[in-house]
Amino acid sequence: MSNYRVQGATGEWEVVIGLEVHAQVTSKAKLFSGASTAFGAEPNTQVSLIDAAMPGMLPVPNRECIRQAVRTGMAIEAQINAWSRFDRKNYFYADLPQGYQISQLYHPLVGEGQLVIEADEKAGIPEDKVIRIERIHVEQDAGKLMHDQHPTMSYVDLNRTGVALMEIVSRPDMTSPAEAGAYIRKLRAILRYVGSCDGNMEEGSMRADVNVSVRKVGDTELGTRTETKNVNSVRFVMQAIEHEVQRQIDVLEDGGQIVQETRLFDPNTGTTRSMRSKEDAHDYRYFPDPDLLPLVLEQDFLDECRASLPELPDAKRARYENELGLTPYNARELTAEVETFARFETLLAVAAKAIGKPENKVATQVANWSLSVAPGVVKSLGDEADMANATAERQAAILAMQDKGEISGGQAKEIYEIVLKEGREPDEIADTEGLKQVSDTGAIEAAIDEIIANNDDKVEEYRGGKDKLFGFFVGQTMKAMQGKANPAVVNQILKDKLG
Amino acid sequence: MSVTREEVAKIASLARISMDEAALDHMVPELNNILAFVEQLGEVDTSNVEPMAAVIPQDQRLRDDVIDADPLTGGGRRHDVLANAPVAEHGFYGVPKVIE
Repeated sequence: MSNYRVQGATGEWEVVIGLEVHAQVTSKAKLFSGASTAFGAEPNTQVSLIDAAMPGMLPVPNRECIRQAVRTGMAIEAQINAWSRFDRKNYFYADLPQGYQISQLYHPLVGEGQLVIEADEKAGIPEDKVIRIERIHVEQDAGKLMHDQHPTMSYVDLNRTGVALMEIVSRPDMTSPAEAGAYIRKLRAILRYVGSCDGNMEEGSMRADVNVSVRKVGDTELGTRTETKNVNSVRFVMQAIEHEVQRQIDVLEDGGQIVQETRLFDPNTGTTRSMRSKEDAHDYRYFPDPDLLPLVLEQDFLDECRASLPELPDAKRARYENELGLTPYNARELTAEVETFARFETLLAVAAKAIGKPENKVATQVANWSLSVAPGVVKSLGDEADMANATAERQAAILAMQDKGEISGGQAKEIYEIVLKEGREPDEIADTEGLKQVSDTGAIEAAIDEIIANNDDKVEEYRGGKDKLFGFFVGQTMKAMQGKANPAVVNQILKDKLG
Repeated sequence: MSVTREEVAKIASLARISMDEAALDHMVPELNNILAFVEQLGEVDTSNVEPMAAVIPQDQRLRDDVIDADPLTGGGRRHDVLANAPVAEHGFYGVPKVIE
């Protein structure tokens, strides 16, 4: 349990949060028409006669949108309803010429599911926590209104009208802003793994309606909630909750009552305000859409959906820890984003081959390279780094030389710098630039013999039990070899010779 | 089931249908007649009958995820979709300013 509490004048309050996330389904065409969903087109160029609600046009659902919603449901271990139906949600506004949104109120495509948010001590989440998901249904997005282009008119662009959304409704299982943030991040990761939504919150591909109520610690009844609409980043969701919690506590402690209402979040001030004009808005007069038959999914279709699911974040993280032997930290970092694990897995496969060892024997080396060493080099180069040069093959070649002891960690970084700047091959760089350690025992032995001969006193002391002097001999040898000797070889020969 | 005059007035207003007192006088009993007629259906025991979604038994067809496969159901026809708009400027529909 989260122990998030807010101290008020009359005692401690706790918070109950539920989220409705609208996620744009990744598809080429819209939910019920063949118009394109691409972002950023000229206004009203991606509007079909169906989207514009011309008389006589009939909606036909896009199979891919249904498929992606089903796959998403499967990824949150949800019940999939092979029989579902579309309903009309009636409202009158210029962003939707039909006068109603086609949605699914009574028989959603996806039923009860869940996801797990990971423990994060620093954020006040002491242990892993299951957040239940009530349902996912598919529905149409609305168009975009611009209010600032004309003194007396609003301009309407219907390009977004009819694009498929998944509405993902959580149970009120979150009890702190941090849990709400973790939930959205986890949901976003799952959507991106599955490929059902690009998760791009800046472009509005994911936005959340935030339901918040407060109650005194110990109360069992839920307080009256408010719903803050269309919050479009994790940070804003957390801010909106913090502000709304404080506002509700202030109202209640002043002897007032919370009105169940829709509110708007203002990102500039971090505050929420009432949308009074939408008082009637909840009277949606839902009824089954007579233009659409019930949606019945065949077993073959469901089987394909399940078979096409990739390894999901929790399973991948567990595999990285258990099979690849990575630390929990590395496993979490590498699995957080699709791009990160994709790069890691490509490099791991190529590096294992280049090194000639199984993946689990080189995974830690590759993980450290991917998370720490390589990003460090890229950062230090800034604009000079051309990432097109950073192929998996070149990085694997560096890791292979390092694994064989041909180059040191420092030399690996130097070589990678040149790779990024000039796009040359690591083996050639190591040879041409003299960036190689000497593992040739003959040369190292010669250097060590000379050092031992010149330091009789120290050799005596060391043999007399002053073990710490070993470091002195290593240092002298490395100096004599201009830092290019393989430390492992140096250590071995020194041990043999000093006895 | 029946509806009150206030409910009819509210439904009309939500649907943006203008309805004066005379129209309401006419509409309230008419709607209630229809509702009473439909209510008779409740006398039939349908507890073991699956709801019928369509007269001809068939499932919803689905479309392939292809852009503009058919010009009638695809985009790229701004001129057509704006043709009936009372105001169209710079490729947008123009509507009376509605701001939240």
